[in-house]
Amino acid sequence: MKIKKLVVAFCSGLVLGAFSIVPAMAADESDPNKEQFIPVLTYKTGPFAAGGSGFAGGMEDYMTLLNNRDGGINGIKLVWEECDYGYNTERGVECYERLKGKGLKGAPVFQPLSTGVTYALLERAAADKITLIFLGYGRTDATQGRVFPWGFPAVTNYWNQSTTKLAFIAQQEGGFDKLKGMKIVNLHLKHPYGIETIPVWNAMAAKFGFEVTHIPVPWPGIDQKSLWLQIRKIQPNYVINRNWGISCTVPLKEAARIGFPSDHIIGVWWCGAEEDAIPAGAAAKGYITSAFHGTGTDFPVIQDIFQHVYGVMKGNIAMTRVGSVYYLRGISAGIITTEVIRKAQEKYGVGPISGEEFRWAMENLDLTAERIAELGATNVVPPFKITCDDHEGGGATFFQQWDGSGWKKITDWIQPLDDITRPMIEASAAKYAEEKGITPRSGMSMGTDCG
Amino acid sequence: MLMELAFAIEVLIAGLLSGVMYSLVALGFVLIFKASGVFNFAQGAMVLFAALTFVRILEMGVNFWLAVAIALAVMILLAIIIERVMLRPLVAQPVIILFMATIGLNYFLEGLAQGIWDSQVHGLDIGIPDVPWMSVLESTNILISLFDVWSAVICGILVLLLAFFFQKGRIGRALRAVADDNQAAMSVGIPLQLIWAIVWAAAGLVALVAGTLWGQRLGVQFSISLVALKALPVLILGGFNSIAGAIIGGLIIGATEKLAEVYLGPIIGGGIESWSAYFIAMLFLIFRPQGLFGEEIIERV
Repeated sequence: MKIKKLVVAFCSGLVLGAFSIVPAMAADESDPNKEQFIPVLTYKTGPFAAGGSGFAGGMEDYMTLLNNRDGGINGIKLVWEECDYGYNTERGVECYERLKGKGLKGAPVFQPLSTGVTYALLERAAADKITLIFLGYGRTDATQGRVFPWGFPAVTNYWNQSTTKLAFIAQQEGGFDKLKGMKIVNLHLKHPYGIETIPVWNAMAAKFGFEVTHIPVPWPGIDQKSLWLQIRKIQPNYVINRNWGISCTVPLKEAARIGFPSDHIIGVWWCGAEEDAIPAGAAAKGYITSAFHGTGTDFPVIQDIFQHVYGVMKGNIAMTRVGSVYYLRGISAGIITTEVIRKAQEKYGVGPISGEEFRWAMENLDLTAERIAELGATNVVPPFKITCDDHEGGGATFFQQWDGSGWKKITDWIQPLDDITRPMIEASAAKYAEEKGITPRSGMSMGTDCG
Repeated sequence: MLMELAFAIEVLIAGLLSGVMYSLVALGFVLIFKASGVFNFAQGAMVLFAALTFVRILEMGVNFWLAVAIALAVMILLAIIIERVMLRPLVAQPVIILFMATIGLNYFLEGLAQGIWDSQVHGLDIGIPDVPWMSVLESTNILISLFDVWSAVICGILVLLLAFFFQKGRIGRALRAVADDNQAAMSVGIPLQLIWAIVWAAAGLVALVAGTLWGQRLGVQFSISLVALKALPVLILGGFNSIAGAIIGGLIIGATEKLAEVYLGPIIGGGIESWSAYFIAMLFLIFRPQGLFGEEIIERV
């Protein structure tokens, strides 16, 4: 009986609590004409929670900074709603459907932080006239904006990232001619994200004369012993760590076990966070990954966040995580999103921005080094310029190494091998257009000059 | 040829040692199934809960063994609460109801663990080196992980303790009676609630050991709850109510999945480890539906 009473009391408390919160929220002054809605698809629970929570925390902190410090963007307050999909593709699509109609003009943009959800949303978003930004991930052929007007693999796509990894290896070995005869293992998750780079590695192997072996990691990849015994047998020069979450960490332990040097494991940026290295302990020391944004707190924008966000107790994540890789990735996403809104306001007037208006602004975005410096974000986000033909806008990455306690930048920006990837992107996009009955854009299209 | 043979032996040993780690998780399932006929869907979540509790207490600067004791106490308390709040009202209900309750418990525990502690990744070092056994490597060129060997030893000790505890003495007899027919056991005065609480506490201990060993290897994070996926084919093969089945099943699954990945994987596309284990278990089911060591249930019409 006592337990029943307790349960009833607890439930009553919850209901009363909920009613007491609703009027408080409703009492806040809100004018839909003065608000810009931004949907936040995230995963704060489940196997990839560290990545999802860090990214969302960074993005929301940046938007909070603009609201608190600047009063929003030209007086338009940024408002957002999270939807936690637990990195489950079906739930990600549900979240998209739930949030797409919110705000005066609907959601202008989605950033899924998942290759699987991106694949699932590409056609829906195009039909709904909503922009998709997939910052640093796939699908790669969406780089060709004539075929994919609504998709933007901004800053760096998967194929170009792969070429910068090879360029880095060549740099380490003393030149591209030294690649001939080498062995590289592409250890990749058996997932759309994992397999997307197989064609580009095959193309590079054919061009430079090295041998590539693709070893798929079955999800969740918590036990990779048999895969690493195969790697021990192959005796490769380098291993590409193309995993996500826990499957990023396991290779570091397995490599230590077979005596494979950690500084010859080159991780993708999905495998380049503190959360990937710390659990591996000493085995992670020396491990190298690619990256496309800085880490740490030594940036004016982060100092502003400490002052204007955490200083007034409005932070969206534990303050100890400010400056981490995932957090800075969220800051990058926040900067890009809000700079696009700013550009859209310049063309369409100050007020909430629609999906179509956002798309135009994204396709005409030129985020210069000067503007990034004004934002106090030099090295937080790289300069890049989007065009109709190039929805990536850059493609360069740099490399960082784990020193046992943090990531250290060890190279300058390394440019992608466009001569390899561009023809592949064109061919893949053309194939997609043919399959889907899409006529590639040309001339002035959707407000942009497509040549 | 000799190199190939050495490699095959290496894969086999690695598989057997991985199998021990799977058995460790499977043991938790077996204990609860033996006592209540219920497949505890929440065993993976218990591994996560135990490991997160342990590592977070350690991070507070508490001594290692004291942290073990506190984490174990928390798991015993959890078992008592589960018995009081979830199981007791469901006595004499069909097994499927209890199973459904454990599904709810699974999600509740996952959320509770991450809610109380956090959803971050925590490194755990219990002092067992995860490096090759050098003397074996140098003499035979066969790579065996010292960590795996230690895990097998710990698992062996745990199995002996559990087997002794549950086969001998009054509790062992009571457990077997409860497992056979819990209502009949109650009618002869066996305290069902106490037995259930003891069994769930023992499953909590197994979860703590499994969570600690897997946590050292993977870091303590949500994904260690996924080790339950590795235990399922072990249970299907070994039988749900046999401790010996969990051990032998683990060894067979571990060895065959590794051999399949290395020798069949390259032929059929690779990455087959996750489903090949289930395929092997299902093959066994054709010949022994109750699993290798499971009890054959004969019901009269």
